[in-house]
Amino acid sequence: MIHIKNLSKVFKTPKGSLTALDNINLHIPKGAVFGIIGLSGAGKSTLIRCMNMLERPTSGEVIIDGQNMTQLSGAALRKTRQNIGMIFQHFNLLESRTVAGNIAFPLEIAGWPKHKIAERIQELLPVVGLEDKAHSYPSQLSGGQKQRVGIARALATNPSVLLCDEATSALDPQTTESILELLKEINEKFNLTIVIITHEMKVIKEICTDVAVIDKARIVEQGPIESVFLNPQSDIAKEFIASVFPNKLAPELLRELAQHPNSQIITVNFLGSAASEPIISDLIRQFGVTVNILHGSIDRLRSTLFGTLTLELQGSAENLSQAHEYLKSRNLKVEVIK
Amino acid sequence: MEDIIAMFTNPAYLESLCRVIPEALYETLYMVIVSTILAYVLGVPMGVLLVITSEGHIMPNPWVERILGTIINIFRSIPFIILLVALIPFTTMLVGTSIGTTAAIVPLVVSAAPFVARLVESSLREVSPGVIEAALSMGASPWQIIYKVLLPEAKSPLILGVAITTINIIAYTAMAGAVGGGGLGDVAIQYGYNRYRTDMMIVTVLILVIIVQLVQWIGTTLARKLSHR
Repeated sequence: MIHIKNLSKVFKTPKGSLTALDNINLHIPKGAVFGIIGLSGAGKSTLIRCMNMLERPTSGEVIIDGQNMTQLSGAALRKTRQNIGMIFQHFNLLESRTVAGNIAFPLEIAGWPKHKIAERIQELLPVVGLEDKAHSYPSQLSGGQKQRVGIARALATNPSVLLCDEATSALDPQTTESILELLKEINEKFNLTIVIITHEMKVIKEICTDVAVIDKARIVEQGPIESVFLNPQSDIAKEFIASVFPNKLAPELLRELAQHPNSQIITVNFLGSAASEPIISDLIRQFGVTVNILHGSIDRLRSTLFGTLTLELQGSAENLSQAHEYLKSRNLKVEVIK
Repeated sequence: MEDIIAMFTNPAYLESLCRVIPEALYETLYMVIVSTILAYVLGVPMGVLLVITSEGHIMPNPWVERILGTIINIFRSIPFIILLVALIPFTTMLVGTSIGTTAAIVPLVVSAAPFVARLVESSLREVSPGVIEAALSMGASPWQIIYKVLLPEAKSPLILGVAITTINIIAYTAMAGAVGGGGLGDVAIQYGYNRYRTDMMIVTVLILVIIVQLVQWIGTTLARKLSHR
């Protein structure tokens, strides 16, 4: 669906050149909800703007729906952009137009006849739950409602891709939840490919099927969210995961645990059905290991479950190694902390 | 004070007042309305061009921006009274005469258009770059961005600008009297100042005050009504 090949972007500034994107390669499959997460300044905003050529890449290619975006300009680029919806952190609605007028805007640009535009508005309002707001102005709406208008506007021309630039970063947690729910619904209902730029792992966790982690202008990690959450490679990915599945132990506790003889601290990450297996009682009963639960959480990861447990195991070296074998055989991802 | 009351009760004075004022009022309105319209016809494209050719906007072009900006600055720095005289040959070429109400419109427009360009520029700069980016992402052409985004989104400040321009032009029409432009300002000088007709002076000033108040009130009200912020 979207292929990004060797994409680089260098900004020339009076102080020298600044590499915002360094040889990015991504493949975003059709129907995916593809999250790109990074800290501010990592280059993620530049990356999403390079997809629809709001920002011209310095080198490399962006291919959307078989169309090489980097080769397009003028009218051909404008025509292709009508097939790529975009929503923004600050909504960017036209303040002088009503909700209906804002939704009509991209259709006017695309040259739709008036009656078709009116029909399309009536179709879209219920999709975003704003049936009663057609004649309100953006200033009369809440942040969440404004973003719903933004979404309706982005969907108006039936695009095949929706680009979301920090679309929930200006919203409170409850509103974020409802907007993510709506995006997920749209993804499933219309099989629309969604690309999401964010600095919040919560967003990735809730709706993404795939994730790429961008750090200092480079993609440091990418894959289906299950595998990235289960087995993160980069430090930055681990930090992001810890932000939604905290597993850090207090220093006081660590100091106290250090006193224990024959003890080992491990974290166990698990997915889906493994969450319902009685691994702890197995460890205790079968291997004579004492298990002390230090920390644990289980939450939804888009449509499956993901959990992380921090355990203290006490026992002889032999028992401990048997316990590890057992956990491995259960396909659980174990990491020894100390 | 008694002198003034005497003037207003003198039938002969009253007769000339009623004869002179309506015609002068008509001339003033004619000059102001036509000049304002023409100043906007010239000023809006210049203001739009200044904005869209600036760095980071939809058609960045430093040369166009710089040259146009300089021309505007030059015209804005020439005192109106000098412009009035300097433009006489140009006015004659354009309207066939350099004297009269129609002739006065030429210097009024030449002086107001660059001012309008700057007012339009500052109004359009208030439109958030995010909204322009959104329009670009939908595939809007530069022309569509100008008439569907920039101008409508800046409606309120633009209307306030029209009020400011109109009031400025009203003030300048008084000076246009110097080239035989006529109008209320001319009456105030010719009768009120030169011929000690204090009654004429009072009435013309009063009418000017009312017109200015009215224009500002309409501008402010419309701007508030059309603002959906």
